[in-house]
Amino acid sequence: MSPLPQALAAHPELDRWVRVDAESTITVFTGKVELGQGLLGALARIAADELDVALARVHVQTADTLHGLDERFTAGSLSMMDSGTALRQASCEVRALLLELAAERLGVGIERLDVADGTIFDADGGASVSYWELAGGRPLRRLASGAFEPKPAPAHHEVGSSARNRPDLRGLIDGTTRFVADLREEGMVHGRVVRPPSPAATLLSLDDGPVRELEGVIAVVRRGSFVGVLAEREEQAVAGAELARRRARWSQEETLPAAGTLAAWLRAQPSEAFPIRDGVPEAGVVVAEDSETAWTHWASYSRPYLMHASIGPSAAMALWGRGHLTIWTHSQGVYPLREALAQALGLELEAIRALHVVGPGCYGHNGADDAAFDAALLAMAAPGRPVLLKWSRADEHQWEPYGSPALVELRAVLDEEGRIADWSHEVWGTTHRRRPMADGSPNLLAGEHLEPPLARRGPTPFLAKEAGIHRNATPIYEFPRSRVVKHFVAAMPLRTSSLRSLGAYANVFAIESFMDELAAQSELSPLAFRLAHLGDARAREVLETAADTAGWDGAPSALAGRGSGIALARYKNSAAYAAVVVSLRVDDATAAISLERIVIAADCGEVVDPSGAINQLEGGALQSASWTLKEQVSFDATSVTSVDWDSYPILRFSEVPAVDTRLLDRPGLPFLGAGEATQGPTAAAIANAVADAVGLRLRDTPFTPARVREAALAAA
Amino acid sequence: MSAELELHVNGRREKVRVDPATPLLAVLRNDLGLTAAKYGCGLEQCFACAVLVDGEATTSCATPVERFVGRRIVTLEGLAADGALDPVQLAFLEEEAAQCGYCIPGMIIGAVALLRRESAPTEAQIRAALDPHLCRCGTHPRILKAVRRAAGQQT
Repeated sequence: MSPLPQALAAHPELDRWVRVDAESTITVFTGKVELGQGLLGALARIAADELDVALARVHVQTADTLHGLDERFTAGSLSMMDSGTALRQASCEVRALLLELAAERLGVGIERLDVADGTIFDADGGASVSYWELAGGRPLRRLASGAFEPKPAPAHHEVGSSARNRPDLRGLIDGTTRFVADLREEGMVHGRVVRPPSPAATLLSLDDGPVRELEGVIAVVRRGSFVGVLAEREEQAVAGAELARRRARWSQEETLPAAGTLAAWLRAQPSEAFPIRDGVPEAGVVVAEDSETAWTHWASYSRPYLMHASIGPSAAMALWGRGHLTIWTHSQGVYPLREALAQALGLELEAIRALHVVGPGCYGHNGADDAAFDAALLAMAAPGRPVLLKWSRADEHQWEPYGSPALVELRAVLDEEGRIADWSHEVWGTTHRRRPMADGSPNLLAGEHLEPPLARRGPTPFLAKEAGIHRNATPIYEFPRSRVVKHFVAAMPLRTSSLRSLGAYANVFAIESFMDELAAQSELSPLAFRLAHLGDARAREVLETAADTAGWDGAPSALAGRGSGIALARYKNSAAYAAVVVSLRVDDATAAISLERIVIAADCGEVVDPSGAINQLEGGALQSASWTLKEQVSFDATSVTSVDWDSYPILRFSEVPAVDTRLLDRPGLPFLGAGEATQGPTAAAIANAVADAVGLRLRDTPFTPARVREAALAAA
Repeated sequence: MSAELELHVNGRREKVRVDPATPLLAVLRNDLGLTAAKYGCGLEQCFACAVLVDGEATTSCATPVERFVGRRIVTLEGLAADGALDPVQLAFLEEEAAQCGYCIPGMIIGAVALLRRESAPTEAQIRAALDPHLCRCGTHPRILKAVRRAAGQQT
């Protein structure tokens, strides 16, 4: 008897996970959602392998509050670790139950039975019966027991390996996939919001008479500073919103930090400090001063506000009628969203159904939930008619919850052998946790604009292990002494929440940059210096594999303007290991950094879908390269000025390097989430490669040509 | 003020009654039900809305529909012939060149336009052709492989 996987223990009813359909197919359920990470394909493979059915027979149904499989958010690279592990166990138990039924039906001992593509047969006799004959269309009504073991590792992939990886790929390529913004329903109307011009603005007046007179406009919804327009046709909603924007008068306030001093702003804010022990913040413990330590080296690193910058703006469809609300959403958590909507709208949970429909990649908590609330507010002005609400590009850029800025201060003592004897890591940041229902309040954008505004609690410091600001603040290396301190800044002049890898990006960028700076003080190469402090055998193998694959031994570059750098982390110190080697060129004239090659080595535990894992690792590395080289949310004293792709540029094809990935498969070992593992290492590998190429140490992202020139001037 | 316009889309003549100032994208999606081309920015900055117009990859999100009268428009839905995917689509499938997939219709349109113009493009030509197309998932390496594959080159 093994303990059940967490998600299965929370929902042990096997019918919630696996359904033997009436028609020769299997439907498996998950409380997670497809975000482009390849969840559908990976879960289908797991079920197909465990149940012994052809992959094509397996359909995956993602989160819908109607099904009651509440797995909260699809976040933290936990889809496979949570849902995948639970589904594997549920599938193996369902197979065992079906074998029992078959033994009874066929009148033979269970040990004589085997399964091929859902048909159970007597290996000696020839009698057979299929899953569908036994249980098609009927619930099993059994609880998971832990009495059965999933197949041993070598049996995995027997079914899945030869078949297509992602069942959803065809629809994405032939255009038949309906994203939320593509939904079309009978009687559907179109909605747009008119957001305030800046975060602290309030609506003084709105002359909406001319808007109401526009052709097709059904309603202008005004509640406090929330303004929305509903129209029969999409272009009419757009025209109505534009006219309303011109007819609105707002009061504005200068509430944003002075430009260019974000790190100093973070340092100067009132903050709460927590010592971190084994990845966990210790509440109520005074941070010990370190005035006794004679630090020999120190440096500070920072990152600005970053955007999720989904390629499509957020959207939602809502239908209100007879006291019931249905929401079609690309939220990462339909259950928490439902709770937030219930609280915000004063409805019972049962009065709301929220179901997931695919959206543009979100990489964390973007505007999806906020758009769902906007759609609900507008739908209530048009009962019985589905409202398709879409944000504009400027709405998304200006109002999505940004990734939090961070400041990391590192100090170390090198001993006489050039080894790290003592280490200090202090990190400052604003919250990474403003998803719906975090701190118990809805946290939906329009809630701040309603009159009165929705109750807002928090933000409070995230005290879970390896969470928020302190994610990956604990180094993977072994040092004789070390201290880690998290400084939680409650102020939020710009709303922040979860962006891919949370604090890990800044912490790993800082740690892995500092490791190179310290290596330069020792006799060792960056590679050898890391290995000298690294005990974890899997981490060592990942590091060495990356270096070998890149053909890089850690020796300084012999070519002026060209260089390579390495960096390593284990995401959350518990998920996938990733090492990244970056080779690049720094142009002497323009000071522009051009990436030439990225090599990734990763250990994600057992790999179910190698192609999907590689897609996630490489995508993460390129997104991190984009953050590191190009991205920062810009603003003046009053408003966000990053309003489109010109004012918030991201990586383009002409800037994409060659990418090469090695997966170290670990059959039989637990799944380790891979989707965020390369964010931090890529940033540091770029910084280290720049140092190797031109001898300049960049410690504040983004590494724009202006930053490179500044560093050159400072060095000269 | 709506007017009746005749458009040539995916090999068919389509009559639509719309305000002629409406962007082509909205007409394709809402009046003709062709939702593969996506709204990304409305500013011609990301090419998620790209369609073929007389063979060229063209943004549809900001230009009034009346300007497309008399032009031959092909959307992603129009690439497949009798249910068989275009070779570029097959190459995207083979390379699993998608994560969230939102930008992919525009990418495929961009690649098709390139390969019709230049059957054996260089790496620089491929990158230049796709440079206006934004992808946020970082699927670029696979998209490049897919285009090379479609061009019959080593991926």
